[in-house]
Amino acid sequence: MSQQASPAQVADEHPNDDILRGERIPHIWCPGCGLGTVIKSYAEAVRESEKTLDEHVVVSGIGCTGRAAGYVNTDSYHTTHGRAIPFATGIKVSNPDLEVSVISGDGDLFNIGGNHFIHAARRNMDLTVVCANNFNYGMTGGQFGSTTPQEAITSTTPYGNFERTFNLPLLAASLGAPYVARWTTLHPRRLSDAIERAMATDGLGFVEVLSPCPEGFGKPNGFPEGLDMMEYFEEHCVVDSTADVRDVGVELDDEPIVLGNFVEDEESRSYMTAKTEYLESAGVTGGDEE
Amino acid sequence: MAAESREQPETPEDRALLTGEHFMKGDIAAAEGAIAAGCRFFAGYPITPASEVAERMSERLPEVGGDYIQMEDELASMAAIAGGSNAGKKSMTATSGPGVSLMNENLGLAVITESPCVIVNVQRGGPSTGMPTLPAQGDVMQAKWGSHGDYPMVAYAPDGPQDMFDQTLAAFNTAEQYRTPVIVLADQTVGHMTGKVEIPESVETVDRPTPTGEPNPDEFLPFDAAYDVPPMAAAGDGYRVHVSGLTHDQRGYPDIDPDTQLEMITRMFEKIEGNRDDIVETEDYLLDDANVAIVAYGSTARSSRQAVRDLREDGHDVGLLRVVTPWPFPVEEIEALSGAMDRIVVAEMNLGQYVHPVREHATCPVENYTHQGGEIPEPGAIADFVREVIA
Repeated sequence: MSQQASPAQVADEHPNDDILRGERIPHIWCPGCGLGTVIKSYAEAVRESEKTLDEHVVVSGIGCTGRAAGYVNTDSYHTTHGRAIPFATGIKVSNPDLEVSVISGDGDLFNIGGNHFIHAARRNMDLTVVCANNFNYGMTGGQFGSTTPQEAITSTTPYGNFERTFNLPLLAASLGAPYVARWTTLHPRRLSDAIERAMATDGLGFVEVLSPCPEGFGKPNGFPEGLDMMEYFEEHCVVDSTADVRDVGVELDDEPIVLGNFVEDEESRSYMTAKTEYLESAGVTGGDEE
Repeated sequence: MAAESREQPETPEDRALLTGEHFMKGDIAAAEGAIAAGCRFFAGYPITPASEVAERMSERLPEVGGDYIQMEDELASMAAIAGGSNAGKKSMTATSGPGVSLMNENLGLAVITESPCVIVNVQRGGPSTGMPTLPAQGDVMQAKWGSHGDYPMVAYAPDGPQDMFDQTLAAFNTAEQYRTPVIVLADQTVGHMTGKVEIPESVETVDRPTPTGEPNPDEFLPFDAAYDVPPMAAAGDGYRVHVSGLTHDQRGYPDIDPDTQLEMITRMFEKIEGNRDDIVETEDYLLDDANVAIVAYGSTARSSRQAVRDLREDGHDVGLLRVVTPWPFPVEEIEALSGAMDRIVVAEMNLGQYVHPVREHATCPVENYTHQGGEIPEPGAIADFVREVIA
């Protein structure tokens, strides 16, 4: 790496040095990518949470966001494509004291891993799921996926995307997820607040983060620089936590992008809570030799 | 709809080890062997003929302070036990061939992350959905080569209910000692066979090596090459490990580099293949004066034992080498056996799989009794084949 690559002054210290793995910086993400902001917001949420750093665990799948686990200074697991949620489920069930967060991308969590998200949300597993949605498969060269807006040009939709697009907050809410939010990388404080709320939820907290991908999705679709999509967010985002989640799909077609904390179910009973209640009522006392 | 209160032994020790004589199904015995070994996390997906393992674990694990979870598929089951293993729990799943096909993805993850765990494969006829309720041994090569890439594998092949208890216990001990996934390669015959199972008053269990002293995340190497088997920290222990399915350095950080690959994969092979003396188990049956040896594993070893007795009544000097651990391959045992025999007959419930590595390592002629599966090979059929070969 060139020591003079950036004209910017490089700070010796960063407020999140303790939560990030400094020795692994520079990261692999492209200039203009939003994933650094996602990690920063996660770090802020960890700082505000009631748990210590040693009690936090991050699990990622495969792809650009899948590298998130490699940059956080918690116990961190970079697993297989789509399987971050079941791996995290194994950790959480085995050690319920841990605060387990899954940070992964839209392709990983909702294309190849969609079934696992569906069932984790249905069983209300005590996980925080942060999905960085950059509208495409970034790492493999900008192919379309289930979150790609209709008509978008990608490296595998050269004539435009004719598939319909996932509305992720609607999916999560329909499964009974007790916390469902969407923010963008233009909203780092509200994003970290949402991640913190997801962690505090007794059950599955889901946070979608719309994030620019200038190299993959942006260049063929009118957002060649990271700032282009940030400007688009600034011009089109509206905050409405009372919105009907059926109406919050994102097509990047100059319609408003609705953000907010759409679902906050204070009555939620998580998988772990329900399980404990059932076993106690059945008189199964457990208790190991340990 | 909560379940009624149920009786259970009072002390945790009594609950974990059901000392005594039992009339027990093989699948149930595998579950009890796991609990005796210290298994406290099971994630699985129902499948014939392995569902009884999951059923037993769902009832028993809560009694011993463990956790059972039924996942949405076998991809998730295998990922979950890799996660449970990294949270410090002895972890297991049970399935059959179609499930193993899905689990092979994350079996590879368990290998490269050196996450100890046990996968019970109660084999049935294949390919595809095949014969769900009937036995086969068509997955013996899948057990070695099922996931992509180069990796070592350990597999045990139990031949009856008692063995399901004993070998599942042994599988856990090996998995923990070497930080590696281990397969229990059963089949429908032994999984659904009911017989006497003796559970002793105590069993020897092995725990994975773990780091000692005050956690120092800045210096701890989760994949320290100074060890054959590096100490393993669990999530929450304070070591702040990074664990990746990418080729990684000793710190666990991705390093996509031929030299790093060589160092990582060499140690991974060496800890298994270099310890074959410790891991490999075979059983001799009437081999001392034999000039022909049957080599068999799993339920086919049962039929082969009877075939040996029948052939000896006819005056043939035939013996049996039962391979308890098909993987790692018993190189020295097969070489020594072939040096002492005129001929080897590999008997297996598939169309010829394990015969290939036996031929690779044997110095005498090797014949192959094959069977398409769906029924356990009859002793008479194996004996007839041997008679033809030696005629």
